[in-house]
Amino acid sequence: MSPRAQVYFLAALLALMGAGLTIYKNRELGFPLLPGEYRTVWTIEAKVGFTADGGPVKAALTLPREQRNMEVLNESFSSSGYGFNIIRENDEYRAVWSRRSASGPQSLFYQLDVHQTPGAPLEQPLDLSTAVEKPFLGAREQEAVRQAIYSLVETARERSSDVETFTTQLLSALGDPRNQDRNLIFGYYKDRSLVDVALLVLATAEVPAHRIRGLYLEDDRRRLDPEDLLEVYDGKRWVVFEPHSGSPGVPKNFFIWQRGGKSLLDVEGGRNSQVTFSVISNDVPARDVSMLSTSKEKEALVDFSIYSLPIEQQSIFKLILLVPVGALVVVLLRVFVGLRTSGTFMPVLLAVAFIETQLFTGLSIFVLILILGLWVRFYLSRLNLLLVSRIAAVVVTVVILMGAISVVSYKLGIEQALTVTFFPMIILAWTIERMSIVWEEDGPYEVVVQAGGSLLVAVLAWWVMTNRYVEHWTFNFPELLLVLLGLILVIGNYTGYRLAELMRFRQLVK
Amino acid sequence: MGAFSLPQFLAKLRGGLVSPMALHRMGVLGMNARNINYIARYNDRDKYPIVDDKLNTKRAAKRYGIPTPELIAAFEIQPSRSQVLKLIEPLWQFVIKPARGSGGKGILVIVGRDGDKYKKASGAELTAEDILRHVSNITSGLYSLGGKPDRVMVEALVDFDPVFDNYSFEGVPDIRVIVFRGFPVMAMLRCSTHDSDGKANLHQGAVGVGIDLATGRSCHAVQRGLRIKQHPDTEMPFGELQVPGWRDLVRLAASCYEMTGLGYLGCDIVLDRRRGPLLLEANARPGLAIQVANGVGLASRLQHIERFDLEQLEKNVEERVAYSMREFAASRTLDKE
Repeated sequence: MSPRAQVYFLAALLALMGAGLTIYKNRELGFPLLPGEYRTVWTIEAKVGFTADGGPVKAALTLPREQRNMEVLNESFSSSGYGFNIIRENDEYRAVWSRRSASGPQSLFYQLDVHQTPGAPLEQPLDLSTAVEKPFLGAREQEAVRQAIYSLVETARERSSDVETFTTQLLSALGDPRNQDRNLIFGYYKDRSLVDVALLVLATAEVPAHRIRGLYLEDDRRRLDPEDLLEVYDGKRWVVFEPHSGSPGVPKNFFIWQRGGKSLLDVEGGRNSQVTFSVISNDVPARDVSMLSTSKEKEALVDFSIYSLPIEQQSIFKLILLVPVGALVVVLLRVFVGLRTSGTFMPVLLAVAFIETQLFTGLSIFVLILILGLWVRFYLSRLNLLLVSRIAAVVVTVVILMGAISVVSYKLGIEQALTVTFFPMIILAWTIERMSIVWEEDGPYEVVVQAGGSLLVAVLAWWVMTNRYVEHWTFNFPELLLVLLGLILVIGNYTGYRLAELMRFRQLVK
Repeated sequence: MGAFSLPQFLAKLRGGLVSPMALHRMGVLGMNARNINYIARYNDRDKYPIVDDKLNTKRAAKRYGIPTPELIAAFEIQPSRSQVLKLIEPLWQFVIKPARGSGGKGILVIVGRDGDKYKKASGAELTAEDILRHVSNITSGLYSLGGKPDRVMVEALVDFDPVFDNYSFEGVPDIRVIVFRGFPVMAMLRCSTHDSDGKANLHQGAVGVGIDLATGRSCHAVQRGLRIKQHPDTEMPFGELQVPGWRDLVRLAASCYEMTGLGYLGCDIVLDRRRGPLLLEANARPGLAIQVANGVGLASRLQHIERFDLEQLEKNVEERVAYSMREFAASRTLDKE
């Protein structure tokens, strides 16, 4: 392969790799392509409260199963003085707190952060029991109640075609306060909830059903009791019903805590036990959500990346990752435009300094140091010093100038100028040295041209590097550097004219 | 006010820019194309030291019998004060150069003395201290690429042929010949002006005079991008300019190909009153201003040679010179038009 073909092949390969990784991170890991995307994260806190009897205490709380459209980002438990572990029991996870002796009111906390993702809320479970235990409606229930239940079932059956419509009919009848049968039943079962009664009636009609416990995610709710949904088996699959409206499907914003199964909370050695929930929502940058949701699976791409560094190093890397972008700007301006600068990549370092100091402060400090430095350098040149000591002298002068600028501006109340320390001193000293030679050999005009060119490139590089999209992409998708590398390789093959040459050679055309 | 015309509007909008297609049609070589298609392809890196270090160039030229200005002394390391002073004490005219200077930087020309003072070409006077400082600057690498420590060479001042006296202000003109795979392809004379402060750099205001390869007569002259017919300071018309011993000069340039082994080469040549053409230095990255001076693009000539077969490329110096002088004759002269 000729070198040229190799370059294109390599560049295409790099670009594909970079773009592929970027798309993967965006699609699969949920890293946002654009900056400023926020995701809503719900923090749910379950508080288990009970009064301990003074002896050994054991409290078991059913933990939410993984719901498909709710991603659990973070879990924490707090329970001072209690032993704690999580056990798996009949396909359910339960948190168990235990203590040798406790008395008086006790509070145990379980907190989790969840994030809603699109998709169906529930998978069809394979192992939920479809057996129906037909309730024995005998002597205990009054004849009237029994008849009312049968009549409800009968009416609903007549008005429906299958299990789903039957359940809807039944639930609307149970929710209708003008329905005589319904009033009779609720009059008898005074302390039962709608779902309790619905389950009873469904069992009578020999329809497999169970309850789903959970909560509605609404911002800033405190001391919530769990809400119930109804799940009914229609012979082939399970269908969820909202009991009050009677409509099928899991309501939006419903967080499923427990599906079927037994109790939510079991307490041994205590009384008056109860679980209350509180919910708050907060908006979290989309990237943090992606980071949290992938960290558990230990995605290699995330685990072996800059994100695994401590925050302090990450912020340094944020700056370093911008340098290639600055280098690209220099390449573009030199290859396509033909700008002359003093030192090829010196403008990039200047641009990095500008990022720290803000543009106008940086520019004025740079020009000030350059002018003062040149002035000092012209005096030094009369002292017949060796080059190395002369440059070292310029470095020291630059440092003294920086110190002086900092102190004077601080006393004047301009705190921005304190950022002078970000300027690369050695680079400044060399720039001063080069400029003074250019001045001696080619005159002040050339100094202005070169310094102006360098500053122009630095400002353009700064402008690109501080673009919020560029900042976002370089930090969150460092693999885009591969695309950038490919681009630079391709540019390195450009044999066309530069913009400046269209000017320079204009006489040749006429 | 005339009617609105799109081409005119576009031309205005473009300002002084010409279209890249037009440049391409004229066979103009751009910087990027030069770097990739010629320098990178025909110049081997390992041969660069021969031209990048003027002391090496001198040694190689001696081996190949190419005349160069006489070397008086060379210092490999920082010379002591007394060494330098002892050396320059008896000299009236000399040139101090960094061996690896780039772009003509750091060249100090002393044309005469006035007691303790040394006179530069511009008339400015220097003391021995100034010269010592210059030497120390060179050895510390101020003028070399990347600031590497450099060697100092002291050369005799060339006894310039007076033929160019009226075509140059303060400085002395040198002739640049581009040699591609051994074939001279284009030549120009660089004349310093008052405007260029005695320097031979075209972008600083020196006059670039295109020299017809066939005859050694000038065919085109440009200052700051504008065509001129006479020297701006001496008012000598360029139309009468004729380089004496032109064929020898072209032969010297062509033989630099064997000496350096570089495919794309720029030779800077000066004319000595008695010795004839002398090689001042060779350049592995010659600039593109020569196209402006000649008013002709380089690319078409380079492509002509790139189409040669192996037999044509193996011609000796004499055959190559004859071919170039026949093939690359200028199509126009200053007198015509």
